[in-house]
Amino acid sequence: MATTAQSRPAPDVSPQHTTTLWAQIWSVLQGLLIPILSVITAIILGSILILLNGRDPITAFEGLFEGAFLEPRGLLLTFRNMTPLILSGLAVAFAFKSGLLNIGVQGQLIIGSVMAAWIGFAVEGLPPAIHVTLAIVAAALAGGLWAAIAGALKAYADAHEVITTIMLNYIAAQFAGWLISTGSDGSRPGPLASPEAVTDAIARTPEILPSARLPVVYTVPPNFELHAGIFIAIIATVAITFLLYRTTFGFSLRMAGYSPSAAKYAGVNVKRVTIMTMLIAGCLAGLAGGIQTLGVNHGYEANQSLGLGFDGITVAFLAGNNPIGINFSALLFGAMDAGTTRMALNANVAKELIQVIQALILMFVAADQIIRRIYRIRATGPGARLKISQNK
Amino acid sequence: MSETELGLALIATINFTIRYSVPITLGALSGILCERSGIVNIGIEGMMLLAAFTGFMANVTLSEPQVSPALQAAPVRLTLAVAVALLTGGLLGLLHAVLSIQYKVDQIVSGTVINILALGLTGYFYRLNAPTLGKLPNLIDNPFGRDSSLELKLADNLTLYLPYDIGRIIFDKDLITYLTLVIVFVLGWALFHTTWGLRTRSIGENPRAADTLGINVYRLQYTNLFLGGMLAGLGGGFLTLAAVGLFEQGMTTGRGFIALAVMIFGNWRPWGALRGALLFGFATALQGQLQQFGIDFPHQLVGMLPYILTIVVLAGFVGRAQPPAFSGKVYETEG
Repeated sequence: MATTAQSRPAPDVSPQHTTTLWAQIWSVLQGLLIPILSVITAIILGSILILLNGRDPITAFEGLFEGAFLEPRGLLLTFRNMTPLILSGLAVAFAFKSGLLNIGVQGQLIIGSVMAAWIGFAVEGLPPAIHVTLAIVAAALAGGLWAAIAGALKAYADAHEVITTIMLNYIAAQFAGWLISTGSDGSRPGPLASPEAVTDAIARTPEILPSARLPVVYTVPPNFELHAGIFIAIIATVAITFLLYRTTFGFSLRMAGYSPSAAKYAGVNVKRVTIMTMLIAGCLAGLAGGIQTLGVNHGYEANQSLGLGFDGITVAFLAGNNPIGINFSALLFGAMDAGTTRMALNANVAKELIQVIQALILMFVAADQIIRRIYRIRATGPGARLKISQNK
Repeated sequence: MSETELGLALIATINFTIRYSVPITLGALSGILCERSGIVNIGIEGMMLLAAFTGFMANVTLSEPQVSPALQAAPVRLTLAVAVALLTGGLLGLLHAVLSIQYKVDQIVSGTVINILALGLTGYFYRLNAPTLGKLPNLIDNPFGRDSSLELKLADNLTLYLPYDIGRIIFDKDLITYLTLVIVFVLGWALFHTTWGLRTRSIGENPRAADTLGINVYRLQYTNLFLGGMLAGLGGGFLTLAAVGLFEQGMTTGRGFIALAVMIFGNWRPWGALRGALLFGFATALQGQLQQFGIDFPHQLVGMLPYILTIVVLAGFVGRAQPPAFSGKVYETEG
């Protein structure tokens, strides 16, 4: 059921769909076709850009692959990158299932990061297991509550969640910026600013205590570490899948997404569902931020996860908002980000190329008609008419 | 504290407010034009950024020594550069239109595509320290001299020179600043007093009814999104061709989203947008000045203000924002 990536035939809506094994596999492949072709087309267009700059695309993408998978450090980086991407992708997808477009992952993530850092350095004397858990839970809750603001505004004041979450993004960024401001411009340092950072260029919180660090799973010498966050992301994926497809709440959430008025008549408290959906989505985003703080940065510093929130949108849409699929699209994006350094080094191609490719992927996945037209794919199957774009 | 400090600060504050509000106003006008036509545009940021870049690069290219002097003369070169910025914005507006009208992509997703694309493209083609022959000069220089002005000593540390100080506010501005004011006026009038304006508002409120009356909804949407993109492009061009004179990566730093805030704050009306932009500009300017006078108030907290106010307005706590009814939805013709 979780494998209906792109076309999303909505199992509770189309019982007439015969489910022999082959039919299922075929529908999965069909679902994968558009995302894969989107990625390929975006890469081809990216290659043209590389050629325009007089560089060699083959060398560039070889470098990208090498940097992302073949070097031990790179593979580790790929896994490390994909962790917050899974969670921010889930944060977008989960909200989307109930018809909400969560553009606010970035802000929720920042709030989570700061919260984790604060618990991480300010709470002393706890055993590691408890300290990490406390920091993670606090990060998730903080992100969740931040997102719930947008949910409540939607539910009770009819304020569109896209606008409020965008505004909350900037409020979060400014707020975090104030908390850690160094005071180098003559003003007072922020309440969470590191005392040592006052002279430093980058504003940041003090380093978290060793007891708050995420446990290290694997180390590449000399000191390149993979933290345990990837497991949290996978557990979150399973939990979200279960919540969406196996619980009453998940059912009412999806129903509110398909048709709010129908859900209302069926007795679903749409207002409550809206707030809860945003709360949970925000928890996922906060978790992503917390993991970055506790596992990678060991503190919160200015601009530490710039763009992660918006990448979450692309990751989610590439996977057709399917929780399991998000793990794979996050892997792809994590690898792309990990390989850029090698690509830049080998082929002298600026790393922003990856951003262009990612934007194109989002465009093609969302405008699947373009891909269908280029590759002459006809829309088939019961779910084919239900496109991402029409879900709202 | 020297004697004239307060007077200087006053003028500086006003001038900063104006300079800050120009791109924000243009961005907000872009948003208004698009939303009034029924298409949400959260890609303003990206349109501004890419236009700022292409306008600047046009200026850089035309400044190269091998280009003929006729093209390098300041008016020709800068007109071309502004035109490139306008065109870039317009084309991105069309992209937004094609994606959201032809391919029925969610308008928010389409806007996000534009934002990420602009960030990527400008980063990819970015060149460090590209030289130019200069930015837009002031359209009119201050005709008043300080020496010939009347010195008004209002307090120990507040001295004004009239009309010199007034001249510094009214004149000494570049073309785009004056143009923005004209556009606000023209758009504010056209939107509410012309056939085009009535049609535009009607497709944003009820495209079905407009369609029934024989208005070509899609064509008007395409036109308006092109125009809207051009407005955002002009805002971007202002940054690199008039205000700063240089391009830096990600230099719009959220101005496109402040513009969105201002659009809502101004209740989807051009004059309201200008007022909102000036208000936010003033808050930002004041904050910078306060710091110089040793009043310690964190600028980040002032920076939060536009966004908080927007939420407050949007949620109906103060007044009531009235977005165009059909904005953000997909309109499909029958049959």
